Amino acid sequence: MYGDNDMNHDSTPDAVGGVATTTSRTIGVLAIVAMTWVLVSGLFLTPADINQGDAVRIMYVHVPTAWIAYLAFIVTGAASLAWLLKKSPSLAFDRVAGASAEVGVLFMAMTLISGSLWGRLTWGTFWVWDPRLTTTAFLFVTYIGYLAVRGLGGSPQQRAQRSAVIASLAVLEIPLVHFSVVLWRSLHQSASVLRPDGDVKMDGLMLFTLFSGVLAFTFTFLWLVIHRQRMLLMRDVVGEKGLEAAIRERRRDHGGVVA
Amino acid sequence: MSDAGFIVLSYAVTGGSILVLVIVTIRRGRLLSRQVADQDKPWI
Repeated sequence: MYGDNDMNHDSTPDAVGGVATTTSRTIGVLAIVAMTWVLVSGLFLTPADINQGDAVRIMYVHVPTAWIAYLAFIVTGAASLAWLLKKSPSLAFDRVAGASAEVGVLFMAMTLISGSLWGRLTWGTFWVWDPRLTTTAFLFVTYIGYLAVRGLGGSPQQRAQRSAVIASLAVLEIPLVHFSVVLWRSLHQSASVLRPDGDVKMDGLMLFTLFSGVLAFTFTFLWLVIHRQRMLLMRDVVGEKGLEAAIRERRRDHGGVVA
Repeated sequence: MSDAGFIVLSYAVTGGSILVLVIVTIRRGRLLSRQVADQDKPWI
């Protein structure tokens, strides 16, 4: 099944990209175009804020990365719940959950770093133990723990089961992070766009650039999750193949009997 | 642009992190793809 002849993929177009397909390439191109626009508009075209000055330009990367990190963790939670609730679930749920969490952790790290830089400019400090910052850091550490649990030994099914339980609980932290600015007195500003009264006080180009950022990071998220869940599938196949080879060798060494 | 250092750094960290993950993903994807048969790749 995994003989040398089968592994010679150099003649196929996908051997070049490994896990790429036309759809994923299209998403990748859209991500590059949207990212380029956000870079140009965010740094040069949008006006400075009346209170914060040019520091507001950090918003165009800080807010989208935070929102997409939330989205990534919600996808992880939904896929994990699907794994737990379905009678005969596919391991694809687990792979999507894992890939989405990997990307979410990266985006959350970027949110924390860009937020620290923004905080230094507006608050005069990189970090304060404010409710929003503290709950965000806690969410970040929780998903690092989730990824660490995924890396423990065992079969893919065991990995899926234990990580799905953690992800189903961890996703409950997201409302806590989002509403922390309302629940407690916070230095962090409250929602500027997703306001309960629907009144968005933002210049048109600023708002357009912000939503372009959300779109750009969504395309990036999709590209990364598609590719990384395919990688996880191939890693499982390679692991299974290695295990089968080890069992065959052991059988040969012990005359067909494996202890 | 005032505070350009902090602003550019935030964009560089964000873009750089994504770029590194994209490169790692492509490289590892290619490496794994050589070890796995086509029938085990549902996307082909």
